[in-house]
Amino acid sequence: MNDSLLTVNDVKTHFQVKSGPFYKRQHGVLRAVDGVSLSLREGEILGLVGESGCGKSTLARTIMRLLPITSGAVTFNGKDLTNYEREALRRVRPEFQMIFQDPYASLNPRKTVYDTLAEPLLTHDIVPRSEVATEVGRLMETVGLAKRFVRKYPHEFSGGQRQRIAIARALALRPRLIIADEPVSALDVSVQAQILNLLRTLCKEEQLAMILISHDLGVVRHMVHRIAVMYLGKIVEQGPASEVFEQPRHPYTRALLAAILRPTADAAATLTDLMLKGDPPSPVNPPSGCAFHPRCPWAAAECAGEIPPLIACGEGHEAACIRLDAIGQTVPK
Amino acid sequence: MPLLEVDNLQTAFHTRDGIVRAVNGVSYAIEPGETLGIVGESGSGKSVSQYSLLGLLPTPPAKIESGTARFEGTDLLSASPAELRKIRGGRIAMIFQDPMTALNPFMRVGKQLSEPLLLHGDVDNATARKEAIQALSDVGIQDAEVALNRFPHEFSGGMRQRIMIAMALITRPALLIADEPTTALDVTVQAQILSLIKKRQEELGMAVVMITHDLGVIAATCDRVLVMYAGQVVESATRTELFRQSAHPYTQALMASMPALHHEGEALYTIPGLPPDMTRPIPGCAFAPRCAHAEPACQETAPTLQALSPEHGTACLRIQSGSLTREQLHAETQV
Repeated sequence: MNDSLLTVNDVKTHFQVKSGPFYKRQHGVLRAVDGVSLSLREGEILGLVGESGCGKSTLARTIMRLLPITSGAVTFNGKDLTNYEREALRRVRPEFQMIFQDPYASLNPRKTVYDTLAEPLLTHDIVPRSEVATEVGRLMETVGLAKRFVRKYPHEFSGGQRQRIAIARALALRPRLIIADEPVSALDVSVQAQILNLLRTLCKEEQLAMILISHDLGVVRHMVHRIAVMYLGKIVEQGPASEVFEQPRHPYTRALLAAILRPTADAAATLTDLMLKGDPPSPVNPPSGCAFHPRCPWAAAECAGEIPPLIACGEGHEAACIRLDAIGQTVPK
Repeated sequence: MPLLEVDNLQTAFHTRDGIVRAVNGVSYAIEPGETLGIVGESGSGKSVSQYSLLGLLPTPPAKIESGTARFEGTDLLSASPAELRKIRGGRIAMIFQDPMTALNPFMRVGKQLSEPLLLHGDVDNATARKEAIQALSDVGIQDAEVALNRFPHEFSGGMRQRIMIAMALITRPALLIADEPTTALDVTVQAQILSLIKKRQEELGMAVVMITHDLGVIAATCDRVLVMYAGQVVESATRTELFRQSAHPYTQALMASMPALHHEGEALYTIPGLPPDMTRPIPGCAFAPRCAHAEPACQETAPTLQALSPEHGTACLRIQSGSLTREQLHAETQV
């Protein structure tokens, strides 16, 4: 695709697992991200979901080039970032920014809001020195923080306000892509709604592309255009959000959606017919074939054989399951 | 007769910045075998209201200012530390959000599991070990005998939570207090753990207090629900009543702000403002400054929880007086 802002092509991020005295003995390879491809257009919001340990945060950090790429390519805005080194990376980094889960840990406690927001502006020469104060004011306004807070320190703010500061800091560099890693999971429901609304408005108004990582499918459903479901380092299903939510194809996606507890009077039924048993297996020693087959209620003998490729099953919708046709929309035993 | 009857519990923290009234006059009762949910945001007093009962709060700064809590003939709030020690971990057990900090990382699982039995029950080591194996298989851990010799770090988060549940239930308590037991877990594991708690509850006939900020968890597990805001119970209802006919603007706003019920592309309902500063006395309704339905009177008169029906109580003055109907309340935040 030529009009894509970000292209991730068969990216792998592997870690060496070491143990013993001085961690010198090598144990194996942890395939945190194992052959992921995706693309993102300008202004598009992609949701990345999966259980903890599925590699969604590692993928985000790899795209950000905060972790080394083992193999594959990341192309951003026509530039192949894969082999960029420090200085070159420093120059392109303003275009893609990250927002982290914990606004208590991601802000420097010794810097005021002004310092936090002015630093990136000065480092990257975004505005002339004389206009920094005005720009800081503008950023605060954009994220809904009163300007009188400009000399305050992070500890003087609530969790939601801190997350607003973190968003303002990401916006300071006028990025075209924001990766938000669980941006609301540390916040209360009422505050969560405010931050989600803010992120969505920003994406719309500034034509920002965003990768939203979350384990909360309710949050994702509300925010994104497209969704990618990860399991053990691989994407098992991706497609338009409405389609994946209404007609999930991969058994894992269906199990994930079935496990959501909806705040309605008849939610107790969710607990009586559980589709998923057990925990995800270890990515150091994944099961053969489809990594999901030991937990899959539809698994057949052939599932343990080959690793299933992503198979198209609709407009821009694909799922990595060899039994897609066989299982259709059936209910598991 | 209720298993636990809490009356007018008030717990305050005496801090350098003033007195924080974390729990401010909370009363409720739990019947044997029942599941009571306590829902609220951080700082609403839901956890403190339970920790107060078991003497788990550091005093100072915490101080229980008033109230009684009758459990099987004992007032927990005036019981001596020795009496409380006997009840805690025996007749009343507790599980916490983070099993990694609640389990002792240096102790093998088997020893941790049998410890409550050795302390509370009259058993020898061999029986305790047998019970521990049984407890582990009851919570769905395979190869229980091997698992006994392992350390907590050798298990996944979901497995650790299972171990904690096994440990809490090994003395067959009459009441289990679960403080955000699934908040740290994935949705798939969350569903497994909640259904496990339910299964064990039915097998043992125990009552459960489920503390959570997640209305989805409440909907899936509870018989009755208390909604807390700023240290007070603002609504008390059966689960069905709460989700079909909530009778407090705060409950309604909480439900409306949950993304799960919205469709793609809609703006989420948000509650304006912030929870009140609990070091200052609040003259009227604590939620009034953020409430879409508040009238001047709400800022002046402190509401109390009044029953609308035997199954449903609200602390909203306007609902109580009838000047705001539940239909109006639901219509404004309709999604």
